[in-house]
Amino acid sequence: MAYQFEDRPQRILLPARGGFIAVTILVALVLNLLPWRDVTGLPDWTALALVFWCIHQPRKMGIGVAWALGIIMDAANGALLGQHALAYSVLTFASIAFSRRILWFPIWPQALHVFTLLFSCQLIMVLVRTLSGGSFPGLLWFSGSVLAALLWPVVTFIFLIPQRLPESIDETRPL
Amino acid sequence: MDTSPPPFFNRGPAPLVRLAFFGLLAILLMVLDARFRYAEPLRQALVLAAYPLQRAALAPAQVAEGIIDYFTAKVQLEKENAALRARALQSAKDLVTLESLTAENAQLRRLADARERLPRSSTFAEIQYAGRDAFSRKVIVDKGASDGLLPGLAVIDDIGVVGQVTRVHPMLAEVTLITDKDHAIPVQVARNGLRAVAFGTGDGATLDLRFIAANADVQNGDTLVTSGIDGTYPPGLPVARVSRIERDAAYAFAKITCVPAAGTDRHRQVLVLSQDVNLAPQPAPAADAPTKSTKPRHSRTRRDG
Repeated sequence: MAYQFEDRPQRILLPARGGFIAVTILVALVLNLLPWRDVTGLPDWTALALVFWCIHQPRKMGIGVAWALGIIMDAANGALLGQHALAYSVLTFASIAFSRRILWFPIWPQALHVFTLLFSCQLIMVLVRTLSGGSFPGLLWFSGSVLAALLWPVVTFIFLIPQRLPESIDETRPL
Repeated sequence: MDTSPPPFFNRGPAPLVRLAFFGLLAILLMVLDARFRYAEPLRQALVLAAYPLQRAALAPAQVAEGIIDYFTAKVQLEKENAALRARALQSAKDLVTLESLTAENAQLRRLADARERLPRSSTFAEIQYAGRDAFSRKVIVDKGASDGLLPGLAVIDDIGVVGQVTRVHPMLAEVTLITDKDHAIPVQVARNGLRAVAFGTGDGATLDLRFIAANADVQNGDTLVTSGIDGTYPPGLPVARVSRIERDAAYAFAKITCVPAAGTDRHRQVLVLSQDVNLAPQPAPAADAPTKSTKPRHSRTRRDG
């Protein structure tokens, strides 16, 4: 069964604002720093926000930003310095490279792509940490990618709200 | 409006070049951090930069906690009060015996001309959050270098040893739990004084007692206490309880699994013990002692080694 790409109505969105991108990234970072205690297998919010903006606005998101965010994550969590930075850099590169392709798909196949991206990001971290003597966190840890991919439609809806708003509110408009 | 020239002229270096640059930078940092510990100043600066963000992240939880505390039912408080009173009575009995025992102990020590163990001062600290690093067992506490914390200090709770301070930032400190894979703690079996070293397993709930001969006298349910010979942990603190012993004739060592005594992943309040001041002096390294250098050097090193 082939998807009927041409039949889907497509909305022309407003350009994304840099300020909103910064706010969402900052909120994602704060979510990551919440006291999650010992709950493993939670999505990496910062990675999810990064992937979203890389796919939707590949020109406004760069590897440098991802690297800086990764290094903050490392320092704040007491992880190996550079672990998240490396993973996020590769994640950003792959997301930007695949951004044109991914946006052709409907929302759930998009989520599948996002899962692959986030999962490889986690694989890089596992590789780096086990090579440097860390313990394997268990398979449950990878459920973070699954949860993040399941949240993809929600994130898409929320992050695109400002771009869906009418540019100028016209009181006399019939609709 | 975007009035900059078309993007295909000024996009900077190619993405692959950027990836290579940042990837190599990250790998360089990892090597510096893991192998040489040169990256600590950078880490300190980053932690300081992330501190406001962390406060912001923790604020809602603290407010919610305050509200829940406020509305804690009176019944529950009364129940807790009664239980605490009973426990206080119980410990009062113990305290009386403890006082007499302490006095007796002090006298015996004086008799034996032993150096009296100085009571360590301690700092009360609260666990802010468990590090989101799935590869190690660490928690972040709300006291740091400004409160006099140093790397290497022991951290305990009301039951036993929780871990050790491994990194100190200006206002926060990182505590490695005894269940971390890279953490080892010298212990003694309380029942018979058998010395051993307990290693964390990294799964967050157990410790391993390695290199114990298969015929050694260790039983299920044995309590392990710190032996104190490392100079980091004061002797006699409960560490863990032996939960499973596998003796396999094919191996020289028994596989002994223990469960930590302290709530390494439960409580929020911990005590950070200050360094023991009257440690035995470290043995001077052989190369550093050419005081009476009449003898040829190699004989000295041979004797010392």
